[in-house]
Amino acid sequence: MNSLARAPLRAMPATPRDSLLSGRDLSLSLGGRPVLEHIDISIAAGEIVSLIGPNGAGKSTLVKLLLGLGTADSGVIWRAAGLRVGYVPQQLPLEPVLPLSVARLMRLTMRANRQEVLAALSETGVAHLIDASAHTLSGGERQRVLLARALLRAPDLLVLDEPSQGVDFAGQAELYRLIGRIRDRRGCGILIVSHDLHLVVGAADKVLCINRHVCCDGTPEGVAQDPEYIRLFGAQAADAFAVYTHGHDHHHDASGTVVPEGDGGI
Amino acid sequence: MMITDFFLRALVAGAGVACIAGPLGCFVVWRRMAYFGDTMAHSALLGVVLGMLFGSAPIFGVIAVTAFVALTLSSFGQRARFSSDTLLGILAHATLSLGLIAVSLLAVQVDLLSYLFGELLAVSMVDIYWIYGVGAVVLATLATIWRPLLAMTVNEELAQVEGVPVVQLRLGFMLLMALLIAVAMKIVGVLLITALLIIPAAAARSLARTPEMMAGVAVVIGLASVVGGLYGSLWFDTPSGPSIVVAASLFFCLSLAIGRGQFARG
Repeated sequence: MNSLARAPLRAMPATPRDSLLSGRDLSLSLGGRPVLEHIDISIAAGEIVSLIGPNGAGKSTLVKLLLGLGTADSGVIWRAAGLRVGYVPQQLPLEPVLPLSVARLMRLTMRANRQEVLAALSETGVAHLIDASAHTLSGGERQRVLLARALLRAPDLLVLDEPSQGVDFAGQAELYRLIGRIRDRRGCGILIVSHDLHLVVGAADKVLCINRHVCCDGTPEGVAQDPEYIRLFGAQAADAFAVYTHGHDHHHDASGTVVPEGDGGI
Repeated sequence: MMITDFFLRALVAGAGVACIAGPLGCFVVWRRMAYFGDTMAHSALLGVVLGMLFGSAPIFGVIAVTAFVALTLSSFGQRARFSSDTLLGILAHATLSLGLIAVSLLAVQVDLLSYLFGELLAVSMVDIYWIYGVGAVVLATLATIWRPLLAMTVNEELAQVEGVPVVQLRLGFMLLMALLIAVAMKIVGVLLITALLIIPAAAARSLARTPEMMAGVAVVIGLASVVGGLYGSLWFDTPSGPSIVVAASLFFCLSLAIGRGQFARG
């Protein structure tokens, strides 16, 4: 089994009917080096798609193409008409010399009254920070404020680039539960970028694993057992993931290591 | 101390420039463009000469050349082989040297020092009309684009995803800088214009809780520096431009003491 043999199965529907945002056959080279090769991706309303891959796999680059922050060398990007996107960038370094309160950060491009800002902050559990300085937030607080900021736009699609960065482990699990609740409540589509499958597995409906090209995609359970995934991340990663889905499959050896079919020699 | 017409004109002209430089200088500080502004100002001398050669008012030559330099710099920035620091250093000194050579080749005698360090006490009524006319345009434009420009200053990609036209705003801001440099040259000279932009803004930081408050405080500190510097230059018989800059620097030190090195919340 290899990625070439599986490629045709990944073909997208000719008309992405219920898709909010999709990219088809996206390729990009920077300085003569291929960064993305023939990537297909689609996010539908009410769906949580996790984009995973090792560092330098091109995840953030792909997200930027989808958001219109760059142009692909080839391929097509399709957006639903009037699509409102709430974006949480990977990093938001704030210039300390620019005085900025959380309330002001929330309202940078949105005209909203205090009640609306409070409601959005409440949804992510940080309403008490409304008058705090945006410069003194902890990692977890900042991610929640940025998430609330994206929600304030009443987005059809949330795009979260490494949302658990700078968040401690307990906070990460809670953050992903929160993201799941947001989807349930609002029915928006969500694209999460992460370097790590086992972080996003609780929330994701669909996983797309890339390393310049699409390595594998499908359900979190399916991807975890994919030889391409195990080759990329090592058996340890699959093992860590298996803890979460214990009982969903039985492809473990005696020590608990996942044994994908047809590749028993880990 | 005798208050004469030329001293009053100097006060009025300096006050006008301080009012423009306050808010604009805040953006220079927030966007970390101090050296960028310096490079634009250094090229202004070349603009003066070109303006003279073409028989127009020097101000048009200055606007044209500084805007050209700003455009060149920002297009370099897209595909940087050298750090922007190096590029700015090269362009700043190359254009200044070109300007100095061009001045020396002029048939007419030009008071070089007045262009380099300002000649505030020689300000004419025409200069004052220019300062207040151009200043009104700059401040009105800045007020119009304030919100999106601030959003883009906090994070450019986030602003772009949220519909802020970042390219147009960047160009617009550079044009405002070029206009300010053209009218401020007479006050402090090309070598000290950046000081008038960044020192009052930096001094305002410890006293401000919002971006708008910082701009307002920067104007007040700028006005105080102009008044203090001018009276100082009269009292001690020192050059007016450098005296204003020294006064502003003293206010900056004072603001550090008041803020005890801490920024105000926000």
